[in-house]
Amino acid sequence: MRTLWIKLLLWGYAVFSMAPLVVMVLSSFRPTSEIFDEPIGLPTGSAFDNYAKAWTEASFSTYVVNSVIVVVSAVLLGAVVSLLAAYPLGRRRFGGRGLLTAYFISGMTLPAHLGVLPLFYLLESMGLVDSLLGLILVYAAGSIPFNVFVLTAFFRQLPYELDEAASLDGAGPLATFWHVMLPLVRPAIATVIVFQFVPLWNDFFYPLVLMRDESKLTLPVGLTHFFGEFQNDWGTLFAGLVMTTIPLVVLFVLATRQIVAGLTAGMNR
Amino acid sequence: MALSTTRRGSSYLFLIPAFVLYSLFVVYPLFTGLTYSVFSWKGTLRDTFVGFANYAGLLTESFRDQLLPALGHNFLLFAGTMLVQNTLGLAFALALSRVRRGKRALQTMFALPYLVNPLVIGYLWTLLLSPTFGPVNSLLRGVGLEGLAMPWLGDPATALPTVIVITTWQWVGFPMLLFSAALGGIPQEYAEAARTDGATSWQVFRRITLPLLRPAMATITILSFIGSMNTFALVYALGGSNGAPAGATDVLGLLFYRAAFASGDVNALGTSSALAVFMFTFIFGSTLLLERVLRRRT
Repeated sequence: MRTLWIKLLLWGYAVFSMAPLVVMVLSSFRPTSEIFDEPIGLPTGSAFDNYAKAWTEASFSTYVVNSVIVVVSAVLLGAVVSLLAAYPLGRRRFGGRGLLTAYFISGMTLPAHLGVLPLFYLLESMGLVDSLLGLILVYAAGSIPFNVFVLTAFFRQLPYELDEAASLDGAGPLATFWHVMLPLVRPAIATVIVFQFVPLWNDFFYPLVLMRDESKLTLPVGLTHFFGEFQNDWGTLFAGLVMTTIPLVVLFVLATRQIVAGLTAGMNR
Repeated sequence: MALSTTRRGSSYLFLIPAFVLYSLFVVYPLFTGLTYSVFSWKGTLRDTFVGFANYAGLLTESFRDQLLPALGHNFLLFAGTMLVQNTLGLAFALALSRVRRGKRALQTMFALPYLVNPLVIGYLWTLLLSPTFGPVNSLLRGVGLEGLAMPWLGDPATALPTVIVITTWQWVGFPMLLFSAALGGIPQEYAEAARTDGATSWQVFRRITLPLLRPAMATITILSFIGSMNTFALVYALGGSNGAPAGATDVLGLLFYRAAFASGDVNALGTSSALAVFMFTFIFGSTLLLERVLRRRT
């Protein structure tokens, strides 16, 4: 009897949890006039009109392309430089190793937003305000602390015989890194890539401050413009919301394991 | 010997790209931000060294009247998160530990909203809660709860509680997953032994389960605190940069944004930098304090 109540409660909440997202998806396939007549309902007829409108008229195509360029480049750049740094930090002995590790990892606790004004003027002096490259560099740099933290720990776990064997075979540091280490840390690379993707895809604050030019906007700030412009066109608004959300859901479905690994790595800090 | 020196040199070579990128775009702006706060500014031109005058400026009447309510709202969000979201998260984790079939499906459904961009969540709920065409109010009217069909986000009295509900809806999966993991780590034998000694299930929960969940609670409390203090995108989408209605949802993040970019003050850089430093010191200090209090062994 009690278990039945518990189940009822849990499934009840599950409905509450899913309902707003279901309404969002259903409404994105309905014409605005129908939504206003009947706020909750099933899609009818011309299903993709809203998407077509958001994609072309509301410049979602621009926002999406910018977001993809910025996030993919930043995640890859951040992962590459962090991998290069984590390798000596995790595996080799040299002066200042502890200090440098602390220097990189302390960035995880620093409030990045504190530096946003100087960052703006720094980018301005480099001609990188309103530039996708500027945003890529900022994001890549911001991802370094977490990446170095996860990757250094991972490098440290690999057996030390590997380096010895490689150097006995005459491999230099770069060859050891490339041929021996890189294939072994592949799961950790997947973790950092997946884990950085989500917050960068969602990031709103930096582009809000650093980007002005409509043609350079990424999705989140684009979304705020879009909401001002299409206020009364709810069907199109819902379609825009769905388009902003879909890439993350796809990523989640494809990479649940890496996300969970990244979450736990971040939690134990 | 020769080998080890070449190795040593190359270690630094590996570090250069990350070092340059991180120092230039993260560390340098942060420290410059600190120095910004002790100068007065004429637009983007640095004027004179003023010591703590910008900090004192945060306490002048006109600014204080924005700062204190915003800070208060951050605290209410934290309290709401603890009371509603984290309590529910614990309840769900406990309930789920008694369910076998459909457990994974339930967990996924509870956790799904936190994948969605807070900005999208904010806009989605403004549409859902719209007084005229929103499905929430039409649903309430449909089931005869006319009295509850109201502008939840438009009324200053209900706006902040509504933000707490929305935050809970988005994040409840997070404490749930953490508590579930912690519960899974508690050996069954403890509860069984207590029950053979005649303990009721409430006693088992109160005396065994709850104390063993302390580390998980500490983690969740600290993360909730940081999250509540730094909230920005969600409230921006719900109430714009002024924290509408009538500043009822104004928070520190929005105040900083306005002070830096929308105040029209010549000394905007000085004031907003002082505010940023204050926010950081306050949040970081409180986090350290929380960490000490919550992780103290009893």
